[in-house]
Amino acid sequence: MPPLLEMRGITKTFPGVTALAGVTIRIDPGEIHAVVGENGAGKSTLMKILSGVYPHGSYEGTIVFDGAERTIRSIRDSERLGIIIIHQELALIPLLSIAENIFLGNERATAGVIDWRETHARTRDLLARVGLAESPRTLCGRLGMGKQQLVEIAKALAKEVRLLILDEPTSSLNETDSEALLELLLQLKARGIASILISHKLNEVARVADRITVLRDGACVRTLDCRDRTIAEDEIVRDMVGRPLTDRFPPRSATVGEPVLEVRGWTVRHPTQPDRSVVDGVDLTVRRGEVVGIAGLMGAGRTELAMSLFGRSYGRWTAGTMRIGGRPVDAATPRAAIDAGLCYVTEDRKHCGLLPDESIRRNIPLSNLEGIARFLVVDDHRELAVADGFRRRMAIKSPSVEQKTGTLSGGNQQKVVLSRALFADPRVLVLDEPTRGIDVGAKYEIYRIINDLAAAGTGILMISSEMPELLGMCDRIYVMNEGRFVGALPAAEATQEKIMHMIIARNG
Amino acid sequence: MTSVQDSRIPARPRAAAYLGFIHGHLREYSILIALVAIMAFFQVVTDGILLRPINLTNLVLQNSYIIIMALGMLLVVVSGHIDLSVGSVMGFIGALAAVLMVQFGVHFIIAGAICLLTGCLIGAAQGYWIAYFRIPSFIVTLAGMLVFKGLSLALLQGQSLGPFPEGFRLLSSGFVPDIPGVEGFNLLCLLVGAGLAAAMVVMALRGRARDRRHGTADEPVAVFALKHGLIAAAIVYLAWLMAEYRGLPNVLIVMALLIAVYSFVTGRTTIGRRIYAIGGNEKAARLSGIPTERLTFLTFVNMGFLAALAGLVFAARLNTATPKAGLGFELDVIAAVFIGGASMSGGVGTIMGAVVGAFIMGVTNNGMSILGIGIDWQQLIKGLVLLAAVIFDVTNKSRD
Repeated sequence: MPPLLEMRGITKTFPGVTALAGVTIRIDPGEIHAVVGENGAGKSTLMKILSGVYPHGSYEGTIVFDGAERTIRSIRDSERLGIIIIHQELALIPLLSIAENIFLGNERATAGVIDWRETHARTRDLLARVGLAESPRTLCGRLGMGKQQLVEIAKALAKEVRLLILDEPTSSLNETDSEALLELLLQLKARGIASILISHKLNEVARVADRITVLRDGACVRTLDCRDRTIAEDEIVRDMVGRPLTDRFPPRSATVGEPVLEVRGWTVRHPTQPDRSVVDGVDLTVRRGEVVGIAGLMGAGRTELAMSLFGRSYGRWTAGTMRIGGRPVDAATPRAAIDAGLCYVTEDRKHCGLLPDESIRRNIPLSNLEGIARFLVVDDHRELAVADGFRRRMAIKSPSVEQKTGTLSGGNQQKVVLSRALFADPRVLVLDEPTRGIDVGAKYEIYRIINDLAAAGTGILMISSEMPELLGMCDRIYVMNEGRFVGALPAAEATQEKIMHMIIARNG
Repeated sequence: MTSVQDSRIPARPRAAAYLGFIHGHLREYSILIALVAIMAFFQVVTDGILLRPINLTNLVLQNSYIIIMALGMLLVVVSGHIDLSVGSVMGFIGALAAVLMVQFGVHFIIAGAICLLTGCLIGAAQGYWIAYFRIPSFIVTLAGMLVFKGLSLALLQGQSLGPFPEGFRLLSSGFVPDIPGVEGFNLLCLLVGAGLAAAMVVMALRGRARDRRHGTADEPVAVFALKHGLIAAAIVYLAWLMAEYRGLPNVLIVMALLIAVYSFVTGRTTIGRRIYAIGGNEKAARLSGIPTERLTFLTFVNMGFLAALAGLVFAARLNTATPKAGLGFELDVIAAVFIGGASMSGGVGTIMGAVVGAFIMGVTNNGMSILGIGIDWQQLIKGLVLLAAVIFDVTNKSRD
């Protein structure tokens, strides 16, 4: 069978960096081909070349699609060939309907006048093909992330897609939605549509991919064929990081002390729908040196709970008490929470965490500016010393602390946001999805930092959608569903199946 | 810049280090260089009129109220907002001052205090909706612009009102009394200029010594010496020129103090850091424990205060309050801030940049007036200067 796509000897350099060094990759018709690698390995660059973001001529090497050599100069060129990329951050316009979004730039029109009847009819067909039961007139802004992802795929189908590129499609989806999406990819495959799947979630990759290409430092390390044999995740990880990772979670010996955070009957109403309880009578306890996890599906109210504890930053608090270190705390603002010893690290570092145009040194002390100032005057040298200290301790990879945080990789950005919380010297640290969107190596380092903090006596409350992470890191796990805690398990007894059972039992 | 490493590698080729440093800091100096170039240009084409002592003094007096408001506007823009009402507020305060002093005979100090307090209240009234109700500042201050334009018309009943008491006029037209000495030359002015230059050099040297001790000095010696030498020389030269006329205008003292205070607050204090953080990413700032609402509110109160001060300065200078006072001034103020390198999206900008930006507008105005260029072309050229400055800034930024 002749290949659908071949990229041969692709080399792309940026000033001072070689992003890709002679990468060759082959995609067969109707296969799901996963591309994995650490952040900065060159996956995105390769896909940008294929989709025409980096035009022909700005790189070396050739692209052969459908048996002929192609020069792709723009996204329009690649789409004409049937190569469609769906970016990690979805590009749907929230105030337009599903149908308008699907046919945006590709309108069903004669002489500029849109034929709404045909547009809606075709949208209904496409939605049926992706298994989305929504009216074509629904505004995209009203859909959850999972459904928006499906609309993107429908949009690709409307353009007669032959090769679908998905960049981290499940990174912001919950387990059910991820499952549905992967299932859809398999259906498309059955209809002869090939896909390239870029993902950090190796369990998904191993499940649906026919072949896996591992990139490391801009070079193709290996292409594994999953049709012959089952590929173990550890094998992929070893290729990705270039060294065997004997253990994905660093070892830890917990010495758990007295309770440091005690929450009783915490209830929070939705900010705009006052009759809806988003968090409903939650009791929780975190002890000194303990890592406590909160498991649950997306929308279970975990982030809302955490933000509400952190100075009532979400919704309207209606009931509940909080004690930190045994003392009652009434923290109505983030400042009050930080002063009481509670810090929160956001799940959304881009929108709620970083000052992207400011340097690392300006970002780190933000929660505790008093710590680098005398009276009201900032001491530049103390600031520099503090920032540089964290850069070393956290192993933030950058030439200096003067680098703008917007240009750092996800893992390093996470370390900056984490440093900011640590500089405020918390007794309880709430971590919301602390390893979302960061690569295997950086994850391990974040885990190590968490363990060090716990060993030093900080209480850690950790929210994560990755169950292996919770199982690997936590001493105790609370299970949350629809605003309530539906169970608590010691780490020794917890398994993914037990947690899912607790969630489903409640739903059913 | 890789500051820490640089100073510890003595073997690095010098020329390359200089070039690298200058390249990295080009943006900091570019507007200052632009101002010097514009001044040089007009100095030549006006046959030296621009820097005549009397004209230089006028230049300061003419632009003082724009600069005073630019200081407040910079904080507003850095926090991610805009204030379109400052021109109208300034006119309204002038009218209020005239009514109090001329019609009711209130002593100018009491009247001045009432006016400044009113300015704060106006800022508070607008800032309240912007900060706590999240009404876009563009809308709130557009409304404010109309409201206060109307109020000053109502207050003055469409008429001009003046003259002001002598004591009040000294705010704008007065000069600091000279120390007895040389006849026809203001010794105090020169001494203050020389003292200021010396103080800046001493502070720069001490700062550098402190950086050295911490191993963070990254400026090459020649660049450091050249920069501070030139700035000191420029200050002494301008002081000399002004000494040849009537010496130090009172307004200049007020302005210089305000510039120093606002530079310090924005650049060196925790309050400054927090305002920049709000503009850089408001959600992140709030989750870092920064009281974003209160600070936004206060930046508008501060803006109202400075607009009121500018209104007093302007009224004292014209010696009369007119319903048209302050018309369109908000545009000059906003232009000054953006020419000075502030970013529309917030989080970026400096006080010195805004001051230099205001002088670029002021010198361009003044130079074109001397040349007898009509108001029509003046507007057009000012518009192009603003556009060019911002295009330069944006293209420079995207190259980083």
